[in-house]
Amino acid sequence: MKTQSPSLFQPELVREALKQSFVKLDPRLMVKNPVMFTVELGTAVMLIVSVMVLVTPGAERTQGSAGYNVGIFLLLFATLLFANFAEAIAEARGKAQADSLRKTRQDTPAKVRRKDGSFDVVSSAQLQRGDVFVVEAGEIIPTDGEIIEGLATIDESAITGESAPVIREAGGDKSSVTGGTKVLSDRIVVLVTTAPGESFLDKMIALVEGASRQKTPNEIALTILLAGFTLVFLIVCVTLVPFANYAKATLTVAALVSLFVCLIPTTIGGLLSAIGIAGMDRALRANVITKSGKAVETAGDIDVLLLDKTGTITIGNRRATHFWPAPGVAEAAFVEAATLASLTDDTPEGKSIVELAAQAADGSRLRQRIEGAQLIRFTAETRSSGVDLLPAHGGLRLRKGATDAIRRLVEQAGNPFPTEMQQRVEAVASNGGTPLVVSQNEQVLGVVELQDIIKPGIQERFERLRKMGVKTVMVTGDNPLTARFIAEKAGVDDFIAEAKPEDKMHYIRQEQQAGKLVAMMGDGTNDAPALAQADVGVAMNSGTQAAKEAGNMVDLDNDPTKLIEVVEIGKQLLITRGTLTTFSIANDVAKYFAIVPALFVASIPALQGLNIMQLHSPESAILSAVIFNALIIPALIPLALRGVQYTPVGASQLLRRNLLVYGLGGVVVPFVGIKLIDLLVSVFV
Amino acid sequence: MTSQYLGVAVLFAFAVLTAVPLGRYIARVFQGQRTWTDFLAPLENLLYRLSGIDPAKQMSWKQHLLALLSINLVWFVYAFALLFTQGALPLNPDGNPSQSADLAWNTAVSFLVNCNIQHYSGETGATYLTQLVVLMFLQFVTAATGIAALAVVFEALRQRTTEQLGNFWFFFVRSITRLLLPLCLLVATILVFSGTPNTLQGKAQCISVEGDTVNVSRGPVAAFVAIKELGTNGGGFMGANGAHPLENPTYFTNLVETWAHLIIPFAVVFALGFYLQRRRLGWMIFGTMTVGFLMLLGPTLYYETHGSPALSSLGVDQSLGALEGKEIRFGAVASAFWGISSTIISVGSVNSMHDSWMPVSGAMAQLGMMINAFYGGCGVGVLNFLVYLIIAVFIAGLMVGRTPEFLGKKVEAAEVKIAILIALLHPFLILAGTALATYGYNHDPAGLSGWLANPGAHGFSEMLYEYTSAAANNGSGFEGLGDNTPWWNVSIGVVLLLARYLPIIGPVAIAGLLARKKLVPESAGTLRTDTGTFAVMILAVIWIIAALAFFPALTLGPLAEHFAL
Repeated sequence: MKTQSPSLFQPELVREALKQSFVKLDPRLMVKNPVMFTVELGTAVMLIVSVMVLVTPGAERTQGSAGYNVGIFLLLFATLLFANFAEAIAEARGKAQADSLRKTRQDTPAKVRRKDGSFDVVSSAQLQRGDVFVVEAGEIIPTDGEIIEGLATIDESAITGESAPVIREAGGDKSSVTGGTKVLSDRIVVLVTTAPGESFLDKMIALVEGASRQKTPNEIALTILLAGFTLVFLIVCVTLVPFANYAKATLTVAALVSLFVCLIPTTIGGLLSAIGIAGMDRALRANVITKSGKAVETAGDIDVLLLDKTGTITIGNRRATHFWPAPGVAEAAFVEAATLASLTDDTPEGKSIVELAAQAADGSRLRQRIEGAQLIRFTAETRSSGVDLLPAHGGLRLRKGATDAIRRLVEQAGNPFPTEMQQRVEAVASNGGTPLVVSQNEQVLGVVELQDIIKPGIQERFERLRKMGVKTVMVTGDNPLTARFIAEKAGVDDFIAEAKPEDKMHYIRQEQQAGKLVAMMGDGTNDAPALAQADVGVAMNSGTQAAKEAGNMVDLDNDPTKLIEVVEIGKQLLITRGTLTTFSIANDVAKYFAIVPALFVASIPALQGLNIMQLHSPESAILSAVIFNALIIPALIPLALRGVQYTPVGASQLLRRNLLVYGLGGVVVPFVGIKLIDLLVSVFV
Repeated sequence: MTSQYLGVAVLFAFAVLTAVPLGRYIARVFQGQRTWTDFLAPLENLLYRLSGIDPAKQMSWKQHLLALLSINLVWFVYAFALLFTQGALPLNPDGNPSQSADLAWNTAVSFLVNCNIQHYSGETGATYLTQLVVLMFLQFVTAATGIAALAVVFEALRQRTTEQLGNFWFFFVRSITRLLLPLCLLVATILVFSGTPNTLQGKAQCISVEGDTVNVSRGPVAAFVAIKELGTNGGGFMGANGAHPLENPTYFTNLVETWAHLIIPFAVVFALGFYLQRRRLGWMIFGTMTVGFLMLLGPTLYYETHGSPALSSLGVDQSLGALEGKEIRFGAVASAFWGISSTIISVGSVNSMHDSWMPVSGAMAQLGMMINAFYGGCGVGVLNFLVYLIIAVFIAGLMVGRTPEFLGKKVEAAEVKIAILIALLHPFLILAGTALATYGYNHDPAGLSGWLANPGAHGFSEMLYEYTSAAANNGSGFEGLGDNTPWWNVSIGVVLLLARYLPIIGPVAIAGLLARKKLVPESAGTLRTDTGTFAVMILAVIWIIAALAFFPALTLGPLAEHFAL
């Protein structure tokens, strides 16, 4: 939440929203929201009646004073504007947030490489998918793309707010670059992966602006429910006409329209779309670009969260903390072999081995020995890496890797895996460490102990998730013993140890078959199928294009804990809708007691007994109810935009609290509000 | 007065105590598990064989509804034909005439939909033949229709994903053979021994204490009354219904008959708990319904036991309560209890004249029917409750931050749409019907003066009550309404049909749609529907959405009367 704006209502946004409030009065737009559309119809009726009362002598006797009719008309008009303003301000805020991101990438010159190898300088807006451009140190990257040649350090602070530069390189899972970020060193060649106007950010802006905003499933269901309520109250009000005639009571059009508008759920009807937009906006403020509103909503339903251990549960990477030589192997020889096997390994683990060894061995002498050696890269399949030294340097085959990988290697060569080492491996693992076994010519030399550091505060976050009913699953390449230790220490519910990419996929499928919704975060191309399979897939912005295409959200911060925030944003969205619906409907109790006696008390004086609020006069009662009904919308805009406070407690407790606050509150507040407004109004009427 | 209160309290407790084991029994019957009534299986098998039915054939929710609606259509034609020609048919010792076309339509529809609104008086408007083979027959099969529809819903709400929801005929036949027939035998036997006649002979002639010769109507009354109450039908053999000394001779028979109309609606709620193996849910629903019942019963008891202040000011002793229109052998409390239980349960039989009730009591009786989901009619009460429950689940589900779920199934747009349409139908039928009638009356009060026995607010209540009773398939009348005219016969018939079948189709469709969905396992984030908090939520939905929609109408009827007292 780095870019949280201090105020909900910045003046320039308010100006824009005010303008939009009038534009949105267009019935063609209004009809999408059945509740507010009927208010618009009521307003039109009141306009006609007001004009009629003003021009027809004698009409005041049957329809009430001109001032009263015009007053009701203006109040209904204000109700419409307030509802439109809520939607407009939510849109304006979302747009402003997206625009500030988009600004970073406008009109940057791009050096496009032509097929013949020459370069053209064009504006970034003219870049097409498939173009290839070159960026050098000190230049701004013109648009999103994938590095196809080279490696560079990049300052992504414009997008993420994070000042530490990051490394991006061709091939692998860190090949994506974002438009608007700055290359600090080196030179990269980038392939444009999105057509102009089609980047995720563009899609998100379109989503917020409403052109491509589609109602989410829950929103559709809620709209149906609200339309149903509106119909019930329409029936109530229309049938009241013959009833009143029977009772010889005269009903003014103003009173009837007021009753109708007050009874239908205008509060939630007016705020509904604002709530949805604000949900996407909150995600954007958390630096998460959502590809649809539905994804945010689904996030609230998530049952299972797949989290990578590294970076999410533990800080950064494991570090080597101890060398454990095998029996009969000199410690110095073991340290040397381990170092040799790690010198060309630029993974954090590898580097940490070299660093630990540097305290014991001479690095430069060792570097000479690996000259010309054949590097064996780590792959997910072999789960080991190492070097084969040149015969001149001893011709050793050095390997380091996971226990089972080295065991296979050693045992296939017919050598034993020493029991002492087996015990050591288990001791290290059960202690939460990761054992890395080093072998030389398929013989075990010893074990390097790597230790994880669990992020402070992560246990509390998992506890929060558990209270929400979300199961957390840690995904790690570690062996089961280590995984269990860390899982228990961090408080996750389950773990996938020695995970291969397809394991994630398998796990997700299994959970989904049991009816659960699964969220995961990923960055690599091999994560793409799982990201696509997951109900909520959050791709890191640094990840590959494939990963970003597969997921339904992109996290600009590349922060693996972001999933937890996303789930909370989703829940908050649904809760805000639910509580405001409850509040809106609960308000009806007081409105009935304000208006119904007022309708009939002139002809049936005995009904004064129903005027439990002791409102001043029928006209003041009706005006007060309509004023309250109008004012409650702007009063609740901040709540709609910020979302209802979400605290992770069990569902029953949450329901009890929200029912108390918004249900009971919704019954009581209008009684007080209407009474107070009536005291004010009675001074004038 | 204390002993009067004690009487109904003991009755209520006894009904709950007997409903729990009966609920377990009902669940076992519909699940095809072993019960002590299995000796009836050969009889059932004979019925299946005669009708060419395979009771093991699984049906989808649509096939269930098709079966239900088509057999109902057959019954309608049958009932109409016999009522229209009854005067010329046998078993008519008193020589009663055939019903007119519009009255036969109204009567056939009204009994077909388990409502039993009667625009005729049983003593003169029906023959023994039609009482037995039309009216009583329909009282059995329509009660069984409602129970069978509920069984389909039970089957659909079991936590699994399926389209196969059991066999309609299996549920239907068993509702009669295993539930209604045994209970009716029990109740009818008690009634016969308590003085209710059961004969095919015509009117009895006797000399009254004043020395006059009177002809007393009689007939197969005990058998008729048993199913009238147990099947929540309510249509009396006699015009005076449960107030008639031969239908309901003593305080004891009054207790038995009250128990009879409570027992199945109570038991099916518990049956839901047993069937779904969620007994807490059963108790939650029962508790919610009971709180709603007490909220209506409380004011009624208060006003009926305190009597009218207008009479008190004339010096009339009202220590026994408001006794106008009540039978002294039952007293104010038992009459109020019967009246409220019979209106919320859609029995609609009366043992006192609701027309004479205090205005607030009359409003409570109408509210009971307007809500129509506190216990409610045989089977259909729970179906109505389910509609409110789905709406409550939806709003409450959002409030806890998840796509709403009920019993592990997501509640989405389609279910919400059906639920709100059904919830909307009820106020629509009542208010639109009453509005049309008042509109007509407003334009020709002189020509339609025969409609209303009372002017002003009470007259309005008479019309409102009639449509309410019809839409709730209740069948009780406020009386005072001249209702045997083409307008009332036809319009009430239309309301009856819509109000019966749509609220069966809706919940069965919802349950059928839910049954098809994937099961979502429960977690700490899942909204639990068997808690007190959720019960409060449902009550709030019922009161604010259903009850308050009638507030303006009630204001012009009973409330205006009340405040004018």
